[in-house]
Parts: sequence; C-alpha cells; structure tokens
Amino acid sequence: MDTHTGLQSPKGIWWKPAHKAERMWVGIAFGWCMVLFAMMPLWHFRGGQNPAGIRRRVDPAAYYKRTMEFIKTYQVGVDHGIPVVAPPPGSEVYLMAQQFQWTPVLRLQLNTEYTLHLSALDVNHGFSLFPVNVNFQVVPGYDYGLRVKPTETGDFRIICNEFCGIGHHTMVGRVVVVDSLGRELKPARAVQ
Amino acid sequence: MTDATFRTCPTTGLKVSGQADALIKANAVAGTVALLIGGIAAILVLLTRWQAVHLLSAPWFYRMLTIHGMNMLIFFIIFFEMAILYFASAVLLSSRVAAPRVGWAAFAMMVIGTLMVEWTMWTGRADVLFTSYVPLRAHPAFYLGVIIFAVGALLVSIIFFATLVVAKREKTYIGSVPLVTYGAATAAIIAVITLGHGAAIYIPTFLWSIGVMNVDPEVYRMVWWGLGHSSQQINVAAMVSIWYLLGGLTVGAVVLNEKISRSAFVLYILFISMASAHHLLVDPGLGPAWKIVNTSYFMYMAVLASMVHGFTVPAGMELGQRLRGFNHGLFDWLKRAPWGDPGFSSLVFSVIVFGFVGGITGVTFGTEQINIIAHNTLRIPGHFHATVVSGTAMAFMGLTYYVIPLIFRKRVAFWKLAKIQPYLFAGGMLIFSLSMTFAGTFGAPRRHWDISFSQAPFDVQMNPAVDLMLGIMAIGGLLAALGGGIFILVTVWSVFFGKTLQPGDTEGVPQGIVNPIRHAANVDAENERLHGPASGLWGPAPGTLALVFIFLAAFITYYFVNWKLLSVVWKVG
Repeated sequence: MDTHTGLQSPKGIWWKPAHKAERMWVGIAFGWCMVLFAMMPLWHFRGGQNPAGIRRRVDPAAYYKRTMEFIKTYQVGVDHGIPVVAPPPGSEVYLMAQQFQWTPVLRLQLNTEYTLHLSALDVNHGFSLFPVNVNFQVVPGYDYGLRVKPTETGDFRIICNEFCGIGHHTMVGRVVVVDSLGRELKPARAVQ
Repeated sequence: MTDATFRTCPTTGLKVSGQADALIKANAVAGTVALLIGGIAAILVLLTRWQAVHLLSAPWFYRMLTIHGMNMLIFFIIFFEMAILYFASAVLLSSRVAAPRVGWAAFAMMVIGTLMVEWTMWTGRADVLFTSYVPLRAHPAFYLGVIIFAVGALLVSIIFFATLVVAKREKTYIGSVPLVTYGAATAAIIAVITLGHGAAIYIPTFLWSIGVMNVDPEVYRMVWWGLGHSSQQINVAAMVSIWYLLGGLTVGAVVLNEKISRSAFVLYILFISMASAHHLLVDPGLGPAWKIVNTSYFMYMAVLASMVHGFTVPAGMELGQRLRGFNHGLFDWLKRAPWGDPGFSSLVFSVIVFGFVGGITGVTFGTEQINIIAHNTLRIPGHFHATVVSGTAMAFMGLTYYVIPLIFRKRVAFWKLAKIQPYLFAGGMLIFSLSMTFAGTFGAPRRHWDISFSQAPFDVQMNPAVDLMLGIMAIGGLLAALGGGIFILVTVWSVFFGKTLQPGDTEGVPQGIVNPIRHAANVDAENERLHGPASGLWGPAPGTLALVFIFLAAFITYYFVNWKLLSVVWKVG
C-alpha cells in the first residue's frame, strides 16, 4: 500500500478501489443529496410556499401607471401620506418600490387569495414581510406576480432588505390583514 | 528569465525557487494589508449594527460595509490565493516559476486595481456595497479597478498552469502531481471560470457607468453572482487543498484514496458555475425549473464533493495519527493531536465550523423554497461568515504559521499569542455566526443601518431576542477581531522584524517543522493492516465515521426544521 500525504506524488496508478467504509459514506452522502434535490419539486406539488408566480418584464413607467390606476380604483384612506388600498378578494394587487417608499398601504382579508405584483421604479429593493419573514427580491423592469394568501390577521410591515441607497433604512411599508368582519384580531391599531 | 536561485527546504526537502519565494511574499503581504483594512472596517460595521453602540452615521456605515466586503472577499482572499497558487505549483513541485516577469506585472496590475477601488470607496464615490447591483451607480474607476485587478489574477492563474507544464517537462517530480497541487489546480480552473464571469459583467457595467450601453438589472444579478459566488468556490477548493496540506504537515495525514478525493475536486469544477442561482431563488427573472436545477448545482453534486472531503480530510488525519501509534479507541488520535500547534488547531476549527455551521446553513438557505424565509435577512451573512471567515480565512491563517518559517525563513513572533489565536478567532466567529443567523430567523434584515427604524414612517417592533442576539454577535465579533488583530500583529512582526530561523529553533516554530512527521519504515504494512478485515465496516478511520454521522444527523435536523418553519408562513406561490 502506497502510504503518502497530500504533499507527495502518489506512486504509479492511483485509480484504486476505496475501502468499503469510505464507499459507504459516499453512498450515504449521495442518497442525502438526492433527498435534498427531490424536496424542491415535491414542495411545488405538496407545499404552500413557492417562489413561482407570474414573471414578466415590465417598463417601470407602465408599472407606475398601473399602480396608480389600482390605487385610484380601491383607495379607502391615507396613512402617513401614503394611500391605503383595500382590494377585493382575488384581485390583482400592485405594490411599487422606489427610493425610499413602498406604495400603497394594503388592507387585505384573512384567508383570501390575491395576486400580489412587486416591482421597482429605480433600483433593486427587497420585499420583507415582517414579522412573518417572507422575502422576495424586487427588481426594476420585472413584474413578480405572486399568489398570496394571508393566514393570520394583524398589522404587518414591509421592510426593504436590499440596499437601495443611503436612505435604505427608512423604507418601511404597511400591510393590514383583517378578518371577514373587518377586525384586526391582534395588535389593535387603527387603520384610517 | 531563467531562475537558478533555488534553495533546498530543510524541513520538506523541496527545492524552492527564489522567484517563487519573492512572489509568494509579495502577494501574502498585499493580502495581509487588505485583511487589516477590511478588519478595521469590520469592527466599525459591527459596532454600528450593535444597536446599543450604533457608532457610524448612515453614509459611513454603508461605505464601511462596502470597504469591508471588497477588502475581505476580493482583495485579501484573492491576493492570498495567488500566493497559494505559486506555492502549490512552483514550491510543491520543486519547479521554477514560468514567466516570473509576467507574475510581477500581474501583481502590479492587482495592486493598481486595488488602489483604484479603494480610492473610489473611501472618497464616497462607490457607496454601492460589495454587490454593486445596477442601476445603483459607482464611479467608473470602481468598475475599471475591479477589471484590472481581475485581469492580474487571471494572469497568475495562467502562470500556474504554465508552471505545471514547465515542471512536467523539466521532470521536477515523478508520477502524478500531489493531491494538494491537484486541488489547487481545480481552484485555478474555477478562478478562470469566475474571472470570465467577472469580465462578462464588469466590462459592460463599466461601459454603462460611462454612458455607452445599458445593463439589465436581472441579467446583472445573474452574471455578477457567477463571479460573486464562484469566487467563493475558488475559496472552497483552495481551502480544502490547504486542509490536505496542513493535515500532512501537522499530523502526517495520509491520503485515504486518491481516486475519491480527486473525483470530488472534479465535481467542484463541473458544477460550480451554477452557483449564481441560489442568490436568485426569490427573483422575478427566472422560473422554478431553472432555479431547482441550478441551485442544486445539478442534483447537489458539489455538496456531495464537500461531504466527501469532510470525511476524507479528518479520516486522513485520523489514519496518519493511528499509523504513528495513537491507535486506542475511537478518539485517542484526536486527544493526542498537537493542539498547541496553531496550524493544527486552525485546521480543525476550519473543518468543523465550515462544515457544521457554514455548510449546513448554506445548503438549507440555498433550497428554492426555504430561501423565502432567509433571503437578505441576517441569516445570510451568518452563513457566509461561517464559510468564508471561520472556514477559508481560518485555514489561510493556519497555513501562514507554516509559511512564515518555510518561505520567509523567520520564527513566528509572539509565539504564545499565536498559539491561542486560532481559539480566539474561531470561537469568536462561531459565536458571531450563530447569533447573527439566529437574529435573521426573526426577520432582521442584513445590510441595514438602523433596525430600530427611528426615521421610518411606520414603527417596526423587533423581537427582543434580536437585540440580545445582536449584542452576543458583537461580543463574538470583537473576540474574532481580537484574534484577527493578533494574527496581523504576529505575521507583520515575524516577517519584518522577526528573528531569522536557525536550525534547532523550537520557540516560534510549529510542531510539524520542529519534528517533521516521518512515517515508520513498516508504514505500508501497518496501513494494510488497518485497512484489513479486522477493522470491519468501520474501516481504518472509525472515529471520523462516527463524527460524520453526527454531522449528518445535525444536517438532517436543521434542514427539516427549516421546512417546518416555512410551512407556517403565509401561503404564497
């Protein structure tokens, strides 16, 4: 047996069978890798959280126009100068990111599906639904339409978690989820 | 330029060319300077994210974060890798360096590129962070500096390949190249792939910055990560090569099976350029099929490679120890290892933290759906500080304790400090990475100046655990910074003011050089015996087998706990 360290040239042909203990570990590691691989397609069929959605290019100016129409149609109030919008169940919802603001504030209903569109007007932003901890990248020029179903009521925040400029840390949006009677069951905060 | 100024290394018996010596020294010193700059930036960033101190203003925080990222991930690591490429080719093969003058030109380019980037960053002309996602805009000199630096690094990779050819032609070694050189060759191949991506993105971005063309933000993200993540795969391949190298130097680690170890390195090359995918898992530009295939590096074959090295490296160390007589029970070999040798302790911490923390979190967060609860939170820097810092940088530091006497011919200064340095650094980084990762599970964002959101229109109530975790993170980070500071003090002092190594020195010289590991004459027969049927299914390295099963159990647990965490969030698809 040619005993040598990794600093020394192996003598002769080094393509030799490994000990069964080593082969066993390679086999187990391979099996685990297959499990890791299989879990992702499996979750698309069986799981409730997938980053799939509708993905298409969009001109930022067109996205801005579409968001403004959306706000005009469903606006119910104003919060800190930002329009509050309560879209009907199943509708297309538009959220727009720009330095350093999320527009509009959303008022959604519990256990109701919406198609939430995300896009940015200027640079990359990060959609981070807080404290649920659901995160998506928001890229200018691309429309990410995600089918979203809130499964809890409450007053949520949208933190920007992609660096978007010196005012990045001031960029916070708001989503309120209410039940069918319009109640926010936990932390009670008034929504105008 | 022919280079006849060889000296023979008294420890390893290798013939070392004067040009290799000088090029290794220059690149290692440049790398250490970058480490110092990046380290100072690290402390400032850390003391800002520690909300109780909140040291820097917002612009300087983002600026320092940019400086930290570029100096650590690009300048420190790549300069150091250039030194490793010269070491693994010219030194390990006892060869001259092919085209040393090109090597010096490349070094000059890398220094010029570095200075250009430093100038733009320090003067506030490149507040775009390490990733510089377009359309965030930096000064054109920032992009141009990176391009010049990358071309220099590419030249060194080519010199590495040319040196392999020279060594083969001039018959400076017999048979195949050693495993360490083989591993370094994979690192060099990955470097070429990586720098290709770098050219493909930074040249258009430079042209965009001077107003000549447009760059699509999503395309930028994809190609940029072909540079940004693939460069971390150079680190992995280089780090694993150093694991084999330090194992051999410190405990006479033997190569268990060349076929398995080399095949694992080949897997790195084959699947590495898919690495950009797991940064784009929650991006709008790409579909699920593309994401699944690519984020898995096609069926996790690169993960398989790391799991193989994670076994063969410690198993080789175990077998090396057993062959020297430490053969009782499962872990006697580990207990009786040279824990006071900073090369050895660095190696062990590098393997453990890289695998248990960096590896497990990386694969888990890089899962298409789990990324939804990890992307751009503090979980991500928590992960990569465990890989790049506790893994790669720790391994580089361990190697440095051997390079100082072997290449610089100096004793390691402040020897007692040097011995505790790996414990401080690895321990600090472990605390740092774990608490950062934990804070991220509550949704605390990365790259963020103020998570108290005092200037935001809506209040954000972080979980109180986040404040606690960031406090612990700061303590871990400061410990690690102390360890890093000691490392820089020790290396700079040794190299510039240190005592020249004399035969018979023991103070300031690692164990593996004072008493070079020599195998007994009957080592082959003994090795045969340990591989024999008497050792059964557990084989010649039963202790390591037990350890990797503990690793696998931790991996499986963490992975499925994350699926569980994901399953309770809002429905999204």
